[in-house]
Amino acid sequence: MSSSKETIQHTLIVAFLVCLVCSVVVAGAAVALKPMQQKNKDLDRKTNVLAAAGMLEPGTDVEAAFKQFDVRIVDLETGEFVEGLSPEEVAPKVAARNEELSHPLSASEDPASIKRKPKYAAVYVLTNEDGIERLVLPVYGYGLWSTLYGYMAVSGDLNTVAGIGFYEHAETPGLGGEVDNPNWKAQWEGKELYNAEGELAIRVLKGGVDTSRAGSEHRVSGLSGATLTTKGVDNLVRYWLGPEGFGPLLANLKQRGGEV
Amino acid sequence: MSVSYKEVLTEPVFNNNPIGLQILGICSALAVTSSLNTSFVMAIALTLVTGFSSFFISTIRSQIPSSIRIIVQMTIIASLVIVVDQVLQAVAYDISKKLSVFVGLIITNCIVMGRAEAFAMKNGPVASFVDGIGNGLGYSVVLLLVGTIRELFGSGSLFGVQILSLTSDGGWYLNNGLMLLPPSAFFIIGLLIWALRSWKPSQVEEQEYQLAPHTRLQEV
Repeated sequence: MSSSKETIQHTLIVAFLVCLVCSVVVAGAAVALKPMQQKNKDLDRKTNVLAAAGMLEPGTDVEAAFKQFDVRIVDLETGEFVEGLSPEEVAPKVAARNEELSHPLSASEDPASIKRKPKYAAVYVLTNEDGIERLVLPVYGYGLWSTLYGYMAVSGDLNTVAGIGFYEHAETPGLGGEVDNPNWKAQWEGKELYNAEGELAIRVLKGGVDTSRAGSEHRVSGLSGATLTTKGVDNLVRYWLGPEGFGPLLANLKQRGGEV
Repeated sequence: MSVSYKEVLTEPVFNNNPIGLQILGICSALAVTSSLNTSFVMAIALTLVTGFSSFFISTIRSQIPSSIRIIVQMTIIASLVIVVDQVLQAVAYDISKKLSVFVGLIITNCIVMGRAEAFAMKNGPVASFVDGIGNGLGYSVVLLLVGTIRELFGSGSLFGVQILSLTSDGGWYLNNGLMLLPPSAFFIIGLLIWALRSWKPSQVEEQEYQLAPHTRLQEV
């Protein structure tokens, strides 16, 4: 072992060179692979939209199926569509980091624990000759351990749920993680969001739902053994479909008779 | 060199298995083995990282001052892990989402650091590379075995292909929920180590202490 290897000067030079080479390698990989990663993320988002709308069968060409959807940006306050923003810019996580695209919420205004409310949101509209066929809305909120990110699809009457799906969460597998269970998700289909008076009536309840009782068209049974996740899903669905979320948009669309 | 490359490569697979004998890298072996797909990708990722980190560390080993050798090893390992993570995100997005933090945690996998410190700092680059790949293979063998058992009995499938039809889909096989949870890997790895040491008794460790005989009643 040479003694020159242990001098302070040599130590600093080695440390500097190792850091330099490693940072170039890491930065190079990150920059070179960025376009492919972005494409994967887009494809993932599209897949999730299709899955929530119930249009994802094995072997579906995601790009082609997604092309049928119009991506529109909604101003959450007015419920009107706006132009000039991309869905990437208003994605929940991106908007929450942007001072201009979101504002903080106090605890009392924030039942879904989203901390910052975005100004805009990207919604996905599928139209046919009669107007809207499917409207896919991004919904998210806190469960037990994590924020659940998902989409809820609404049918053309803007009242009936067509499907729901969460694409990112870290709830307990087997308990809260059962939000991914196809059987649980299936019971959302056909549930009605608003009652005859036009009030938000959808609830996710602890325990089973008795389908023979009045009002069961607004009730979804919660997940057994996952009280807090169930509560979180209830909160986030009610928040995003209420007046703070997509309530104004749905009201506007109904007024215009499903005209987009 | 007294040992051949072939021995360096094959020794860690059964005779000196990093999980079976050295009991390293258990954490990730518990976490990612609930399905074969993730086990497989994790095994490849770790094998490559161990091989290349050993290679690069060995290449500059005569220049690394001993005062900062651990952090230099860590820097090289961490860089390689980030590169692997970025590549996975680009080419296998679904699997990288499932593996989530565990690819990043290869940095803290004792096997990588262990080989760097124990072998790569003392041997040439090619031998170190072969040693890293060999240890990666040893880890892979255990990971794939555990993954096979857990996926087959937990989900009734292998590589996502349904083999046993589940009762929840109207079949005959009631899946074992324990197999889907990480603790099941503890039992499986324990049984594997038992089997390995019965097959190769030289791996059995000497007892460090002797159990004292029971106190007899009349002495009390």
